[in-house]
Amino acid sequence: MYANLSPLHEPRSFLTKYVWCQDHKVIAIQYSLTAIAVGVIGVVLSNLMRLQLGFPGRFAFIDANHYYQFVTMHGMIMVIYLLTALFLGGFGNYLIPLMIGARDMVFPYLNMMSYWVYQLAVWVLIASFFVPGGPTGAGWTLYPPQAILPGTPGVEWGIVLMLVSLAIFIVATTMGGLNYVTTVLQARTEGMTLMRMPLTVWGIFVATILALLAFPALLVSAIMMLLDRLLQTSFFMPSVVSMGAQLQHNGGSPLLFQHLFWFFGHPEVYIVALPAFGIVSDLISVHARKSIFGYRNMVWAIVAIGGLSLVVWAHHMYVAGMNPYFGFFFATTTLIIAVPTAIKVYNWLLTLWRGDLHLTVPMLFAIGFISTFVIGGLTGLFLGNVSVDIPLSNTYFVVAHFHMVMGVSPILVVFGGLYHWYPKITGRMLNDGLGKFHFWVTFVGTYAIYFPMHYLGVLGMPRRYYAYDNYQFIPASAQTLNAAITVVAILVGLAQLVFLFNLAWSLFKGRRAGANPWRAASLEWQTPDTPPVHGNWGATLPIVYRGAYAYSVPGAAQDFVPQNAPPDAAFDEPGDIRQSVKGTQT
Amino acid sequence: MKSAPLLRAAGDTGGGPSGYRSIAELAAKTGLWVLTAVLSVLFTLLLFAYVIRMSEGDWRSLAVPWQLWMNTGVLILGSIALQHAATIARRPRPDGLNASLLIGGVCGLAFLAGQLWAWERLNALNHTIAANPANSFFYLLTGLHGVHVIGGLVALAWGVTLVRRYPGALRSRLCVALCARYWHFLLAVWLVLFGALLWITPEIARNLCGVS
Repeated sequence: MYANLSPLHEPRSFLTKYVWCQDHKVIAIQYSLTAIAVGVIGVVLSNLMRLQLGFPGRFAFIDANHYYQFVTMHGMIMVIYLLTALFLGGFGNYLIPLMIGARDMVFPYLNMMSYWVYQLAVWVLIASFFVPGGPTGAGWTLYPPQAILPGTPGVEWGIVLMLVSLAIFIVATTMGGLNYVTTVLQARTEGMTLMRMPLTVWGIFVATILALLAFPALLVSAIMMLLDRLLQTSFFMPSVVSMGAQLQHNGGSPLLFQHLFWFFGHPEVYIVALPAFGIVSDLISVHARKSIFGYRNMVWAIVAIGGLSLVVWAHHMYVAGMNPYFGFFFATTTLIIAVPTAIKVYNWLLTLWRGDLHLTVPMLFAIGFISTFVIGGLTGLFLGNVSVDIPLSNTYFVVAHFHMVMGVSPILVVFGGLYHWYPKITGRMLNDGLGKFHFWVTFVGTYAIYFPMHYLGVLGMPRRYYAYDNYQFIPASAQTLNAAITVVAILVGLAQLVFLFNLAWSLFKGRRAGANPWRAASLEWQTPDTPPVHGNWGATLPIVYRGAYAYSVPGAAQDFVPQNAPPDAAFDEPGDIRQSVKGTQT
Repeated sequence: MKSAPLLRAAGDTGGGPSGYRSIAELAAKTGLWVLTAVLSVLFTLLLFAYVIRMSEGDWRSLAVPWQLWMNTGVLILGSIALQHAATIARRPRPDGLNASLLIGGVCGLAFLAGQLWAWERLNALNHTIAANPANSFFYLLTGLHGVHVIGGLVALAWGVTLVRRYPGALRSRLCVALCARYWHFLLAVWLVLFGALLWITPEIARNLCGVS
């Protein structure tokens, strides 16, 4: 059906092939490389922060202002410009058309625009490091009134550039999101019913819908805060006396900002988590040579989590003060999310149970994800309760919780996904030894960094502080722990260089992968060319006969049956094929 | 949404021209639905913010300038003209298509000019954006709606180009039809915003928010 469409944006020159390219695969790579580049900045910022926390005052250039700027930019970069962009723009772009058997996204030009607008957002963000006053140091949540009051670092230009960059980013995400949703709905190949799509596509699909519904809230709050900052309106700014002077603002509601921000902010957690859930399901199924346990439940769990994530936002605001009934409602919805999430965890474990486990690098990262996600999720149950959250909310317990559950866990999946699909993207395998080294340092390092933070939090050590002088209740040993955390954080940061080296080195020297090195059943591994060429599928589109998880099927010629293998070719013995394939789906 | 797989099942996987048309058309229509959903969320959130802010005790209402009534009429006219254009475009001989598109475009421009006029009058009366929250919200709501009208005009200009370059082609017809649909959506949004500006009082807002 798209055979006629593809010549429309056939790349003809270097420029249209690698720069102004409308091919989803090139755009995916552009998105990923840009996201990884800003991610490196994010890692460096976190290490600078840790230097101050581990060895306070030892590094003169990290003063209080710089510290807050590092904290803010680290958070914003990691959550928005790295994870969101990488999962939706990178994985979404590359995998959706290949996994559903399309030639490209349905709006290729818009797709290209999405990337370049994203890049513009990144440049605006980076520019804030170089303006007078530097980037904003308001914390990644940018709470007013302090975000735009004198005394907060970056109040001159940094906050303006931050808000503008976010607005641009949201335009880019919306352009991309329109594409992903419409492509999934309208460009699936023959036989690719919704309930035959790989869970990766389901995760990205629902996450994209969440992004489309949630990002407008951030856009609205960014515009309103920009007006407060530039035109002296009072959307969020109450009457304030700042540095002895009464400001013009009057009657704004800082709490309104918090509601808008978290109406975006909580779904954002799942915008990052749902693609990770999907990808992990696929990695586990392929590398355990077993059909994913409870495919339908997995799909409905993704949908349910997506729906629930829109009605839990105020659990980020317990300490802001609210009607007790309100708190009760949000605590209840928050805890209910644990149900579909637990279904997913059980199904991953039951897929692994008695599977033919291959501890490849992608599989290690997938299993690592289950571990960190369960730990981070459990502390989420603590924090979801109002009475437990209030004493813990401003401590390192929260830092530990969200880094385990939405920082490290999705990043482990990003790594797993990259190790898994790199052979399809480049035609070569990533180096296995380097990959295992990368995994173990990152995984063990994660626990070494964040486990102690739970303890520090329970001790009452406040988060967001630049220095901890003269707090009688914090024992001296906490400082030793902080120093240890810093050392590990730097080591883990350095280990990421090994990964980057592996990415570059394997591109030229890696072992040739062949078309389907993991013997996977889903459609992206069945392309006629590796790496797939423009148009993906050669002369005819694939026809899909089954779900994406036909592994170890009784009676089949090999231990997996590709989605597009006609029933006759896939089985040695004729018989009721539908029945036998169906039998492995439960 | 079910029609897409059905169309493909009908044998268009090899890239027959009919298959391409149907899918491109469905994709464009679906894309616009998704976009209108996103924009609906955007304006709904703004209205929530508006009502929440109004429910606080110190709200000083802003008298809506009379120009807005006129602008509403102009926007309705534009919507009718574009609907007419979309209907004509489907005919084998689309007589009067250019005139309808032109009227639609002129209505859009007139609406924007009318909104700017209203802004100018308010400014002249010292009702500036920062004067009080009601003013800030007025400028924000009308301004954001105006930005989306500008976007619609850009799309319409693109539609006119297509109609001139490929008269009678599917993509021209589709573009005109989608422009009309987007215009209806902008009209609906405007009617809701205008209604909110006119009729939501602090008392209603307090009732909605449960504030006594």
